[in-house]
Amino acid sequence: MSQTKTNASKKNNYIAEGSEWTFDNLKRYEEEISRIAEGYRLDTYPNQIEVISAEQMMDAYSSTGMPVGYHHWSFGKQFLNTEQGYKRGKMGLAYELVINSNPCIAYLMEENTLTTQALVIAHACFGHNSFFKGNYLFKTWTDASAIVDYLLFAKRYIAQCEERHGVEEVEALLDSCHALMNYGVDRYHRPTPISFEKEQQRQQEREAYLQTQVNDLWRTIPKKKAEIEEKKPRFPSEPQENILYFIEKNAPLLEPWQREVVRIVRKIAQYFYPQKQTKVMNEGWATFWHYTILNTLYDEGLVNEGFMLEFLQSHTGVIYQPDFDSPYFSGINPYTLGFAIFSDLRRICEQPTEEDRQFFPDIAGSNWLDTLHEAMRDFKDESFILQFLSPKVIRDLKLFAVLDDDKNRDIEITAIHDEQGYRYVRELLADQYNLSKQEPNIQIYSVDLSGDRSITLHHTQHNRIPLHANDAREVVKHLHHLWQFDVHLHSIQDDEITSSIVCSDNDLKIITPEHENKDEEDPTSTAP
Amino acid sequence: MAFLIIDRRLNGKHKSAVNRQRFLRRYRKHIREAVADSIKQRSITDMERGDSISIPRRDVSEPTFHHGKGGRQTRIFPGNKEFKTGDHIQRPDGGGGGGGGGPGDPSDSAEGMDDFVFELTQEEFLEFMFEGLELPNLVKKQLVHTTSYSRVKGGYTKDGIPARLNVVQSLRSAHARRIALGGKTRKKIKALEAELKELEKQALNDRDNGLKETSEQRIAEIKTELARLKKRLAGIPFLDDFDLKYNNVVEIPKPSTSAVMFCLMDVSGSMTQDIKDMAKRFFILLYMFLKRNYQKIEVVFIRHHTNASEVDEETFFYSRETGGTLVSSALKLMDEIIRERYPEDSWNIYAAQASDGDNWADDSPACRDLLINKVLPKVQYYTYVEITPRDHQALWYAYEDVIKRFPDSFAMQQIESLEDIYPVFHRLFEKKATP
Repeated sequence: MSQTKTNASKKNNYIAEGSEWTFDNLKRYEEEISRIAEGYRLDTYPNQIEVISAEQMMDAYSSTGMPVGYHHWSFGKQFLNTEQGYKRGKMGLAYELVINSNPCIAYLMEENTLTTQALVIAHACFGHNSFFKGNYLFKTWTDASAIVDYLLFAKRYIAQCEERHGVEEVEALLDSCHALMNYGVDRYHRPTPISFEKEQQRQQEREAYLQTQVNDLWRTIPKKKAEIEEKKPRFPSEPQENILYFIEKNAPLLEPWQREVVRIVRKIAQYFYPQKQTKVMNEGWATFWHYTILNTLYDEGLVNEGFMLEFLQSHTGVIYQPDFDSPYFSGINPYTLGFAIFSDLRRICEQPTEEDRQFFPDIAGSNWLDTLHEAMRDFKDESFILQFLSPKVIRDLKLFAVLDDDKNRDIEITAIHDEQGYRYVRELLADQYNLSKQEPNIQIYSVDLSGDRSITLHHTQHNRIPLHANDAREVVKHLHHLWQFDVHLHSIQDDEITSSIVCSDNDLKIITPEHENKDEEDPTSTAP
Repeated sequence: MAFLIIDRRLNGKHKSAVNRQRFLRRYRKHIREAVADSIKQRSITDMERGDSISIPRRDVSEPTFHHGKGGRQTRIFPGNKEFKTGDHIQRPDGGGGGGGGGPGDPSDSAEGMDDFVFELTQEEFLEFMFEGLELPNLVKKQLVHTTSYSRVKGGYTKDGIPARLNVVQSLRSAHARRIALGGKTRKKIKALEAELKELEKQALNDRDNGLKETSEQRIAEIKTELARLKKRLAGIPFLDDFDLKYNNVVEIPKPSTSAVMFCLMDVSGSMTQDIKDMAKRFFILLYMFLKRNYQKIEVVFIRHHTNASEVDEETFFYSRETGGTLVSSALKLMDEIIRERYPEDSWNIYAAQASDGDNWADDSPACRDLLINKVLPKVQYYTYVEITPRDHQALWYAYEDVIKRFPDSFAMQQIESLEDIYPVFHRLFEKKATP
């Protein structure tokens, strides 16, 4: 992109000068940015910008960015953490926070300079916003118009539960649900959007109905012996990956309000699931657009060099990627990766090289705007990287693959940014963003209906990668808290059980295949 | 495009306060330990601020299912410098750089991380600091002249100011009145209407059968009567002065508890600035503690050498005097002030005396007698701290007799250095097992 043209001949046409923002300035920037964004066919929800102070930003931060939320100590912990980081100057606060809702709410900090506010408006109100509206995952999985209503319902409902059943009990329940939150996601069917009132009404109906439905486990009508022996179907008939859903519907001893709380946590997990799957794309898209839009502003002579210098400085900070051996390294920066891929995609369309034609025959030389919109609409991180990570980006970022096998004494470099490595690196990096591989594959396998009502889960191991033992033990305890009968978790590699965690009412065992039973008397209790 | 800019800066900013409190409550035990440690280490340099508290991160972690180390894992890293495909390199220790760490690999973030550190505000810090302490003999004394009232809702009244008008109650009573006043009339109307209907039917029949209508006159009569009754019914006012109901507010006198704290300090030549500093810290601690227990608290500073005088805070802590020491002069002055300004039946009286222990030898028994006969019967609690690294002096031994007489309301401790202040304070105000 061309940017450093000087517009000496033009008369000063700047939207505003100086670094202090005013509401009028914001308005005018928004108008210009909106006009440009429309030119780039960015389709957005209506925008609602809310100017807040740093303290409020910290509040928003620690309630997972949402404007309302139920109370829980873990949010307090998050808040203290943020506050500490901010007050000591260790960490800047984000300039902006944006909520996938309709209208799309973006928080701007009052401390930002005018330039930063313009950047944030382009980034959040047009970049993220259009992503929320356009990407297929968000379209099918979350309902932007209902989320704030739902959170309001959740907050009130949980507050009611606290009044009725005591803060401690609700807190313990929420702890357990949070531990399983990643396993409260429906990967296949879409939740139906409903409003707050409807949700409340349905909740009451559900409460009444649900209790009658748990009774598969309690059914006591005697059957003929022959009938039992004839077939003993496994329950559930298919393994269940949505653990929280299974618990909500089937845990034998939960009371109706407890089921509802499980449901609330599950729903919220579901809402955030697309965000987890599109981190690179979402940030890359927003970064690409703030960069493109602000450069267009400059090309049109609407902002001056000072503005651009300040903007480029923040922009460079945002997309900075420390090397793997830097002390600041903490993984691949999603802003960098996403921005690099989208920018390179535009280059491939506009100025394709021979290599690009070979790697991207369909895309090279096509209309860049069409191609980018398509990439934004129909992919998630994993497929996006697999599809669009170009050799040039791999070279620019100097990506390389490391194999760490605990059977070998040393680690091996299996691919680098060269001719032989491109495809392999691309595949592996895509894998790295595949949530179903990054999170251990744990499913509910069976419930012993006729016996002790214990529940059995299978962790299907891949490449012998084990569970983090300490944490897994804690989570199993939480699961036991919800199920209230024995819980078995088997790790399975190639049809063989490699280790098991068994949790019963008052003890927890970890069994390794050598059958050395390690009895443990709960050395670390979960709730102090 | 719809676009809205809203200024939310004036909205509440303590949305997370509840969550923060929940966190503090959950980790109460940890925090209390950390506060105690912090106080020991800091030797109370200044109490006016909070402190950062650290809790082992393991204890505050929220577990999830995730992968641990081991097995066969491949990861992509940025920033290659000298590696070529097929290179074998040594496994780096503890992750982080080359091999282990990375995004989505939380296996090494859960362990070996720093403690979880956060700030407590002064208020919270004090709460934890004073937890487990109590003011002995805390008797709420009723003030003769109760000055403060709290306003409580107390039903409804018939008169009041328009601002307190209760619309729902007013309309409800208007409705009741309308039913009550119109009941009889309505019943009559109903009966007459029924009769009228009957008569008209009959009249119709008669006409059909060619008979002469017999009830014409009656019908006309009923109609006029109905009109009259309906008019009367309409005359009942919709809302009457009589219906208006106002929210009632009752004032309940609040038993106000107030306390006075006497600070007595020796300022004779032997009291160096260091000793005075220690005394000051002790007094501040006591002051803060009392402030948490009483809404209203007054402080009286009495300093003495051979003469006692009531002074302001500045003079109390910072002016220097020379000369000998007569502790009894201060006790006498305190007794006078109590009699003049703080009658013991309406004030909770606390006193703290700090001294290096020096006193004229003949004066100590006098002090003892003053305390036993005059002062102690009036005060809630009297603490004496002797700030000296040396052996006890006559005053200490004289006060030992006082303890025997008033074990509940008199206590004394020795402070040798700065570090002792908090532990001594703690000992003086420790919650005693209820007998």
